[in-house]
Amino acid sequence: MPLTMTTKRRLVTTALLAPASVWLFVFLVLPFIAMMVFSVGERGPAGGYQTAFTFAQYANLPARSAAYWNTLMLAPVGAFVCLIVAYPTAYYLAVKANPRYRLLLVSLVVVPFWTSLLVRTYAWMYILGSRGIPNLLDMIGIEDVRLLNTPGAVLLGIVYGYLPLMIMPIYVSLEKLDRRLLEASADLGAKPVSTFFSVTLPLSLPGVMTGVALVTILLLGEYLIPQLLGGGKVFFIGNALVDLFLQSRNWPFGSAIAVTLVAIVVVVLMVAMRIAWRISGTRQVDLV
Amino acid sequence: MTSAPTNDIEFRSVTKRYGAVTAVSDINLAVPKGAFVALLGPSGCGKTTCLRMIGGFEQPTEGEVLIAGNVANGVPAYRRPVNMVFQQYALFPHFDVEQNVAYGLKQLRPRLPAAEISRRVGEALEMVRLSGFSKRRIHEMSGGQQQRVALARALVNKPSVLLLDEPLAALDKKLRTAMQIELQTLQRDLGITFVLVTHDQEEALSMSDLVCVMSAGSIRQLATPQEVYDRPADLFVADFVGKTNRFDGTMEAGGMVRLGNGSALASGRTDLAPGAVTVALRPEAIRLSRQAGATTLEGTVTHRIFLGSAAEYSVAVDGLGDFLITAERQSQSENDLVAPGERVAISFDPGTAHIFPA
Repeated sequence: MPLTMTTKRRLVTTALLAPASVWLFVFLVLPFIAMMVFSVGERGPAGGYQTAFTFAQYANLPARSAAYWNTLMLAPVGAFVCLIVAYPTAYYLAVKANPRYRLLLVSLVVVPFWTSLLVRTYAWMYILGSRGIPNLLDMIGIEDVRLLNTPGAVLLGIVYGYLPLMIMPIYVSLEKLDRRLLEASADLGAKPVSTFFSVTLPLSLPGVMTGVALVTILLLGEYLIPQLLGGGKVFFIGNALVDLFLQSRNWPFGSAIAVTLVAIVVVVLMVAMRIAWRISGTRQVDLV
Repeated sequence: MTSAPTNDIEFRSVTKRYGAVTAVSDINLAVPKGAFVALLGPSGCGKTTCLRMIGGFEQPTEGEVLIAGNVANGVPAYRRPVNMVFQQYALFPHFDVEQNVAYGLKQLRPRLPAAEISRRVGEALEMVRLSGFSKRRIHEMSGGQQQRVALARALVNKPSVLLLDEPLAALDKKLRTAMQIELQTLQRDLGITFVLVTHDQEEALSMSDLVCVMSAGSIRQLATPQEVYDRPADLFVADFVGKTNRFDGTMEAGGMVRLGNGSALASGRTDLAPGAVTVALRPEAIRLSRQAGATTLEGTVTHRIFLGSAAEYSVAVDGLGDFLITAERQSQSENDLVAPGERVAISFDPGTAHIFPA
């Protein structure tokens, strides 16, 4: 029997989605299920996992409240500082820059990605460390300045590392902004500042929300920057997870922390999408 | 200036260059108060640049643009007493209809009370027959409705001049005709000067009091629609506005034009120097009859396009080439239409022929 059009179309759809679906199932869904199972289990006598059904691990979450506190403070604050720095840059690139050099300037934004974040963060470790800026300050008489292993150092590393990820989506949304809308606003008597807050900013919010969500979500799982620039004093959930799984081998507790982190990410994502839809008035939000 | 200016818009020797490209060159134009003017021309003729210089989105390279008697050079768009209906409308997608229309009112300082804003928005929406749509989002409106929102938004601040940039281009033909009438009525009722940019000659002729035909950055003719059609200033205008038959001739003494087939045409134009000329003739100015031999011009019908009340014929005229002739039907008999292949005699009143130096 020949295939009907609908059946054919379904087969094509299935074929197109199959690789990604299998990948996601094997490497995302299955591990997540395993983690959920682990999180209600108990730590074995020699570490690892032992079958059980208890919410004791979740009840124990406050024991790592410092990691949660650091992450849930520094991730949004880091994303916000990124936004403050990124928006004017993106605005310049998309609106003010000479179109002839625009592509070059935009590509400069992503140039730092050509070098590993690890290497670049190491560089900051040196710059902020005792032989870096504090040493220079010492020479002009300002003594005992500690920069490394402070929340400020971690924040600086975050903004440095994640800035391009914030600039790009904002740039894209500003770049596709219809210039005639800005002219229409001026035509109707709005001064440039008023046009910015009534038209430009609201219409670039999908890009802003994409950038904020992207950076926040990635920061919630950040490990490297707090490890190097926080030096065990300012640690994130990611650092706590490494510690629990690899050092103390407490898999169930680690799993409970990880599951909670995923739950937080999902909530952040949903709220961000709602806000972006509400304000921009469209459903065309290209979020993450 | 002591007396109130009689012109709402005035261009004094205005030139606009973009680098090496001259978009508008040395234009002088005066738009009387309360007139409906159409800037008509092919794309790239500079009409949109002129409109944008009135709106304040472009500044002239040389010369002066005056709005209501004041030099507007260097005045930013947001300080000009003109409003624009943009091509494709440029409505704010993140606002609803009411917020779009209220936008201009909300920019006024000192601030208007909210009740006053909503009253005037209501009036503007009523004027364009969109009452009841105030809470709609822009993407929920049809093209024709969006057009009306754009009109209401531009008119709510009561500008002294309304600029319209190809306002009907995105509408289908039926809606376009309806909007033409509506725009005309609106302009009469409000008494505001309208400046319309269009490449559609029918639109320009049907709506405006004055047509400004432009080409390659210059004004070719500024006159009433009737005059532009009946007495085109040059060959470009004759060609661009309406359909035109053109053929070569030679001007001889006493205003006689010798045509390619040897016949003579008494043009009455003694102002033109002897030499090569081009004769332009409207399709409806030519009569067509089956009585061959009655006139000096004869030909064979090659095509016929039936239009209902009239018919358009292509006629290969002996010695002169192809002519387009429109003939109104006199009756509904089959005999009223000439068939392709038939020999015909053609004639026209010499006064309807326009003679231009070649």
